[in-house]
Amino acid sequence: MINVMNLKTAAFLLATAFVLSNCTFKSSGKEDDSVSGQYEAELTDAPRVPISGNYKYAKKVIVKLEVLEQVMRLADGVEYNFWTFGGKVPGKFIRIREGDEVEFHLSNHPNNKLPHNIDLHSVTGPGGGAEASMTAPGHTSQFSFKAINPGLFVYHCATAPVGMHIANGMYGLILVEPKEGLPPVDKEFYIMQSEFYTKAKFGAAGLTSFDMEKAFNEAPDYVVFNGAVGNHMGDQALNVNVGETVRLYVGNAGPSLASSFHVIGEIFDKVHVEGGTFINENVATTLIPAGGAAIVEFKCETPGSLTLVDHSIFRAFNKGALAQIKVTGKEDESIYSHKQKDMVYQPEGSAVQSITKAPREVAMPEKSMTQRMESGKILYEANCAACHQKNGEGLPGAFPPLANSDYLMSLKDKGISIPLHGLTGIIKVNGKQYDGVMPQIQLTNDEVASIMTYVRNNWNNKGDLVTAAEVEKVRNGK
Amino acid sequence: MANNIFRKRAFICMLTLLAPVSVLFGAVKDMVKIPGGQYTPFFSDVPGKSTAIKPFYLDIKAVTNAEFLLFVKANPRWAKSKVSIIFADNSYLKHWKGDFPNEDNFSKIKDGPVTNISWYAATAYARWKGKRLPTLNEWEYVGNIAASNDTRPIEKIILEWYSKPTPAVLPPVGSTFKNKFNVYDMHGLIWEWVSDFNSIIMTGDSRSNSAINRDLFCASGALGAVDKENYAAFMRFAFRSSLQGKYTVSNLGFRCASDIRN
Repeated sequence: MINVMNLKTAAFLLATAFVLSNCTFKSSGKEDDSVSGQYEAELTDAPRVPISGNYKYAKKVIVKLEVLEQVMRLADGVEYNFWTFGGKVPGKFIRIREGDEVEFHLSNHPNNKLPHNIDLHSVTGPGGGAEASMTAPGHTSQFSFKAINPGLFVYHCATAPVGMHIANGMYGLILVEPKEGLPPVDKEFYIMQSEFYTKAKFGAAGLTSFDMEKAFNEAPDYVVFNGAVGNHMGDQALNVNVGETVRLYVGNAGPSLASSFHVIGEIFDKVHVEGGTFINENVATTLIPAGGAAIVEFKCETPGSLTLVDHSIFRAFNKGALAQIKVTGKEDESIYSHKQKDMVYQPEGSAVQSITKAPREVAMPEKSMTQRMESGKILYEANCAACHQKNGEGLPGAFPPLANSDYLMSLKDKGISIPLHGLTGIIKVNGKQYDGVMPQIQLTNDEVASIMTYVRNNWNNKGDLVTAAEVEKVRNGK
Repeated sequence: MANNIFRKRAFICMLTLLAPVSVLFGAVKDMVKIPGGQYTPFFSDVPGKSTAIKPFYLDIKAVTNAEFLLFVKANPRWAKSKVSIIFADNSYLKHWKGDFPNEDNFSKIKDGPVTNISWYAATAYARWKGKRLPTLNEWEYVGNIAASNDTRPIEKIILEWYSKPTPAVLPPVGSTFKNKFNVYDMHGLIWEWVSDFNSIIMTGDSRSNSAINRDLFCASGALGAVDKENYAAFMRFAFRSSLQGKYTVSNLGFRCASDIRN
């Protein structure tokens, strides 16, 4: 019985083997795997991406990467002793083609303290190259691999303790372009997210270093794009013109957190999910695992600033995971209009709104000019400055100025009436028209007297003391 | 043929005759007696099993450039231009100007630890002094002793050293902490050669399952480690396993040990 089973199994295995070998034969018959010619790869620092080699046949590619340990900026006033592939964080971008044979040279600068190696996720073989590239300071290791699978891959140092080497900045991206190439786009950028676990709190000035305990707890102080807070913000934003197509090669080095990668104000037309061959379309937020990547593509159809974030949003606004793409060009209002109107929303109808319940009036003794100015400043900043601004300048087009204001100063009673009763409709202040709604502010006579004294005797306004009795009169006069 | 053998023997005889002289007069000077004790290796086939360390002498401080220059002068075959590439790579003593640097350009570094020396050079120096390199277990045993003039735990001292770049000129020996055995600079100044630096090899990968390699003394990754959170020790072992005997590194020096003879 057992013998028969074995025979059957053997026959099945033979048949399978035949089918398999047949398949292999077919696919390899179609493609030419031979390598012709060699060159040294151009490596680039983020956000730059090397241009596509765009060659028809696989080649031998020489990649030379140097490990440097050096102090650099992590945030304004904050420095960190980074361990880097090529002197920057993230490490150099490597671009090769499917089928290429890569001869990799990893050099460890003699002044470095530690041995390093490299694990490229694009390598098929033990340790992704790490096993072959352990390198003492002052030495160079060489190994070779064939880029069998196309895609966008993370590389990183895998020397013990691995987590610390990654946490200190040792990672980058390698793109293995598919044989058929990627469709042309106008702009390509290299973006890599990573976390830093620092002894000092976020933003604390000075040289800081790796904190093991925070790393174990996976609670970083910094989550950044391209190695430092604000590297692509403001003047250093990435620049794109309206109408251009953009491809972002996005990596997430971790070491611990997965990224909810999102660009505020854009929808990805295409996402190469996890950096692989599968393409998803019309995606707003794509998940990039630690040690993973994604290729996202979109067309910039309208001008303005696009903001790259990790949509695990506290990382963006409190830990540094922000970058900007500035799109310049002609407005197209059919795509995006900007604010067309600002109207007050009045769910209870169009009457003037009151902000709080009417306060209980408590008899207060009248105050001196100095006392009114002092308490008036505090009350103004608490109740009025949000709209009229601390300096009384208001906001053009929305909130009229109180500073140097002809409208406010024209009639004392009219001025006092505004916070008491609110104000709607078109008014003209210093020659400019405003059509907004000022709500009733529920304050006591004493408080209004102080505020009105403060605004009428400040910012070039020349008035006099406003008493609680005067306020009382205006309040009842309605 | 016979002649050759005779010559070799004569050479060895001369060496053995020379050696005891320095053992008698040199071994204890600038050294301290390390009491024997139990030590739990960071990596072990049987995690947590401790090893007995016999008492021995250890240099209080690492060997300086000035001291190493005396050795090179007495043994010119270890001079920069003469050394065999089998025993030291290209960057051997690269921070020295010439074979025998003079006082002028040497004064800045003379009291600093000698670095950019290979394991072969360190071993030859130790033999010349009638000493030897400490074993990995001896070094680690002393390296784990707490500081006597610094309240920070050892791991903290080490990690802070890792987090700063190597200065252009290394500070003089004896400038960091002293431990409770009265030994200086076990951490925070340089890495140090040990006699059996390659006896524990982390695979280059540092992560993979080491089941296959275990028989080859390969305690790769964290599997064999006693204290998986001891990042400082991980880096020390990773560093040693990245070395070969002829390698020279800008922050790798050595100190000597010797046996206690009754």
